[in-house]
Amino acid sequence: MRWGVVVFPGSLDDRDTLRAAGRVLGDEAVALWHKDRELGGVDCVVLPGGFSYGDYLRCGAMAKCSPIMEAVARHARDGGLVLGICNGFQILCEAGLLPGALVRNRSLSFVCDLVTVRVEATDTFLTQGCRAGEVLELPVKHGEGCYVADEDTLATLERERRVVFRYTDRAGRPTPEANPNGSLANIAGVCSAGRNVVGLMPHPEHAVERLTGGVDGLNLFRSVQAWVTRGRAVPVAAAPG
Amino acid sequence: MPLLARVYVTPKRGILDPQGKAVQSSLHALGFAEVQDVKVGKYIELELRDAEPQAATARVRAMCERLLANGVIEDFRVELAEERR
Repeated sequence: MRWGVVVFPGSLDDRDTLRAAGRVLGDEAVALWHKDRELGGVDCVVLPGGFSYGDYLRCGAMAKCSPIMEAVARHARDGGLVLGICNGFQILCEAGLLPGALVRNRSLSFVCDLVTVRVEATDTFLTQGCRAGEVLELPVKHGEGCYVADEDTLATLERERRVVFRYTDRAGRPTPEANPNGSLANIAGVCSAGRNVVGLMPHPEHAVERLTGGVDGLNLFRSVQAWVTRGRAVPVAAAPG
Repeated sequence: MPLLARVYVTPKRGILDPQGKAVQSSLHALGFAEVQDVKVGKYIELELRDAEPQAATARVRAMCERLLANGVIEDFRVELAEERR
C-alpha cells in the first residue's frame, strides 16, 4: 500500500512515521508537502505529530488552513483513510474532521511518558488487528492533549462507539491516575462517524521496534496495511455532484 | 474608513480552564482573597482598511468563527473603533 505523511512547517514526527510505514513495515511511504493540493494517490494519509506553525493561536489552527487540507477533507469525505497523531489529531479537530478539541493539559505541565491505552473499538482501519480491550503501551509527549467536547458530543461518541482508545492502567481500568492530561472520559483517541478518520494523542510510530520503546504501535500500522491490501471494504460515500 | 477591531477570545463556560485556575491560586497566594474566578483568554487587534462598520462587524465575526476562535472551547466578542493615527 501507499502511505502519505503530510509535512507542515514545524512537524516533528513525519520522519518516524515514514520510517515506520516504509522501512519497518515495508510499504511505500511518501512525504506530502503542506502546500501540495493533491495527495498523490495514497491509500492512507497521516498528519504527524509536532508543533505545526509553532502552535500559533491554537494547536492545529494554522495548519487547518494549509492548501493540502482541502485534499485531506475531500479524501476523508470520499471514505479514504486519514490518521492524525498528536498534533495531527489536534489539526483534525480544528479542521472539523473529528469532533471536540484538545486543550492544555489539566496539570499545566508538558507530559512525556509511556502510557497504557485500552483499545475500545476494533472496527476501524487502525485497530482491526487488535483484540477488543487489548491494552497497548505507547509514548505520549504533549502539552495540549486534554480532550474536551460538550455533553451531547460525548454522548454521541459513546453511543456510536467512536472512542477508539482510552487511557487505562495495565489492567484496563480507566482510572484518574492513568489519565496523563485530564481528558474527559479518559479519551485518548476517537474516530469519525464513517470510522475512516481516526485521531489519537499517543504515538504508535515511536513504538515499532523493540530496541526503541516496544512494538505495541506496530500492530496499528499492520492493521492499516491489512485493511488496504486485503481489500477490506472501505466505506465510500456517494461522491457529491 | 480605517477601523480597529478588537477581538476578545475567552474559554467557554464549563470548559476547563486550568490556566485560569492556576492564576487564581497564585493571586490567592499573594493575598488577593477576593478573586472568585479567573479566565485567561486572548486579545487580538485587527486593523481594517476601507471598511464600513456594519459589514466589518460581520466579516470580523466570520474571521472569529473560521479561525480566530474555536467554537468548541471558546467564546468571542468583537468591538469596533475608528482608528486614530
